[in-house]
Amino acid sequence: MLRKVIALAALGLALTAGPAAAATHPEHPHQLGWSFQGPFGKFDKAQLQRGYKVYREVCASCHAMNLMYFRNLGQKGGPFFDEKYPNPNDNPYVKALAAEIQVNDIDSETGDTIQRPATSADRFPSPFPNEAAARASNGGAMPPDLSVIIKARHDGPNYVYSVLTGYANPPPGLTVAPGQFYNPYYPGDLAAYWKGDHHSVPKGGFIGMPPPLGTGKVTFDDGAPSTVAQQAKDVTAFLTWASEPKMEERKAFGLAAMIYLLLFTVLLWFSYKRIWRNVAH
Amino acid sequence: MSGHSTYEPKTGFERWMDMRLPILRMAHDTAITFPTPKNLNYWWTFGGILAVMLVVQIVTGIVLAMHYVPHVDYAFASVERIMRDVNYGWLVRYMHANGASMFFIAVYIHIFRNLYYGSYKAPREVLWILGCVIYLLMMATAFLGYVLPWGQMSFHGTVVITNLFGALPIVGEAITTWLWGGFAVDNPTLNRFFSLHYLLPFMIAGVVALHIWALHVPGNNNPLGINVKSKEDTVPFHPYYTVKDGFAIALFFILFASFVFYNPNILGHPDNYVPANPLVTPTHIVPEWYFLPFYAILRAVPDKLGGVLLMFGAIGVLFVLPWLDTSKVRSMRYRPTARLYFLIFVLACLVLGYCGAKLPDDPVIPGVTSFQLVDADLNSFVWLSRIAAAYYFAYFVLILPILGLTETPLPVPDSISAPVLSHPATTPAGAVASPEKRG
Repeated sequence: MLRKVIALAALGLALTAGPAAAATHPEHPHQLGWSFQGPFGKFDKAQLQRGYKVYREVCASCHAMNLMYFRNLGQKGGPFFDEKYPNPNDNPYVKALAAEIQVNDIDSETGDTIQRPATSADRFPSPFPNEAAARASNGGAMPPDLSVIIKARHDGPNYVYSVLTGYANPPPGLTVAPGQFYNPYYPGDLAAYWKGDHHSVPKGGFIGMPPPLGTGKVTFDDGAPSTVAQQAKDVTAFLTWASEPKMEERKAFGLAAMIYLLLFTVLLWFSYKRIWRNVAH
Repeated sequence: MSGHSTYEPKTGFERWMDMRLPILRMAHDTAITFPTPKNLNYWWTFGGILAVMLVVQIVTGIVLAMHYVPHVDYAFASVERIMRDVNYGWLVRYMHANGASMFFIAVYIHIFRNLYYGSYKAPREVLWILGCVIYLLMMATAFLGYVLPWGQMSFHGTVVITNLFGALPIVGEAITTWLWGGFAVDNPTLNRFFSLHYLLPFMIAGVVALHIWALHVPGNNNPLGINVKSKEDTVPFHPYYTVKDGFAIALFFILFASFVFYNPNILGHPDNYVPANPLVTPTHIVPEWYFLPFYAILRAVPDKLGGVLLMFGAIGVLFVLPWLDTSKVRSMRYRPTARLYFLIFVLACLVLGYCGAKLPDDPVIPGVTSFQLVDADLNSFVWLSRIAAAYYFAYFVLILPILGLTETPLPVPDSISAPVLSHPATTPAGAVASPEKRG
């Protein structure tokens, strides 16, 4: 049966020289080792701090993080957590970071729209007042909210890192529209823009975001080298934390739960053996 | 519940209660003394696992409902707020989301165990039909629940599934509008789906009570598929099966915990962490894994109405299964031919699930183009789904009816104790039996 199917398939292949479906897939993301991987993985606090700086100085000019509050930066497991300040709203570092940012508010006396320095209770402000404004400033593309971006993509950390570092010169024969950038890790179908052989359509897609990172673009306070790879790694770690701020708590709880369940299971196994010892079954 | 009650009220209060509402007697007879075949294997522990999972889902669900906001503008953010700002909200939400998958893993094993050991046959037809009702309610509940986070898959999945009703002639459009509460999937849809998602689990709990009642009248089937003959064949439910089920439940919870704590999002789709946007359709709309076999059957039919009918037919056929299977021998241990067809059936279900996750026109063997058959290349997932779906239905409407009349079953042991005493869990060579005495 199987042999017949294979034979028929081969025959069909020989007879129909029809074009193969040209759906291209993006390049497989780089597989990096992350500190937060695995059942015992933890975030690297220094990396999260650097990553926040990259987000604040680079990404935040276009990307909102609507689910994030400044207080989150100082909560347990966060980049600026300090044991002296169990209430993150009191954390002076968080307060100072918040105060660097202006947020919109309403003057309670006059009702006028005003701007004031953010407090730790404030949400990260959006760079654009609305979606239309965001699209207008970005050639029609909407910069996605980054709050849960890592959970919202397959193989999130590796994907985000690969897109950030993966910009490449378009291969000759690929027409790139103005305001578009070729990225082999970004999903898309380039067949319509490809002049060459339809069996070798380049992998990847067009992204509306210009290469955001650059050597020396962010100065790290801890002296870490400001390379594109370093910036991409750090901001990815920060975004992973932002997507799953309770990850460390979850894994720690999980370890205790697993030990408890294992002991309980062993206990039940011996109870089972003992209770059934006189029953032939 | 059935047979003679051995409950003896010991205290004054128990005697008082027993005269008025014999609820303690009922609990005693169902959960303590209930005579249970002593040869039940681990496949029988999934009933207890399912009961526990139902409780887990209801308890976590009630807590989630305290924090969730059923509104298109707030639903997504409220779910994330549960994960970020509610104490142990991440635990409750991940338990609920992964608990649904665990529930389906357990129910599928429970159903396959039933099919293999012929538990649906007389006198357990009503028990089986109640189980099918529970399964239908579970699917409805799971679908409604997946809508609530209001991510991209929630929204577009809802559009696809609710549009299925639109395929019905004449009334289709009216039904769809009625389901939506408007002319598109929108806030009224989310609101009513939340309401129904809260209602259905309690209906499931009600049918589960009937299911257990219907189990306790004829009693458990068992791996030999023969009736209990004497007291020798059974042990009281407690402590024998409370401890065995307890052990299996604890093992199952280790699996459950490994998802909740270490891979909480692996069974979900990343697109559901993108807030719903009616204007952007995901490239690839796929349901949760437990619906994939039915999704494959739906897409296997080129006609929309035909696909819908066949998909519901795949569940409908289960309801009449007790009357389709003509074999009087329950357990497939004694039906070697049927066992082979059963294994292929399990394989067909897995293949359907695999096809459901793939694009219909993609080749099964990459890079090979065979020839166009009707509407698609033969080397495509749509044709693989058709083959597997054909087998799925053939198993119920052709193989089981015919096989029961033509096959020669192996000799069935006389009693549960007979083979048990000589050699555990296998048929003794000298077991006396004749297929004529089957049942």
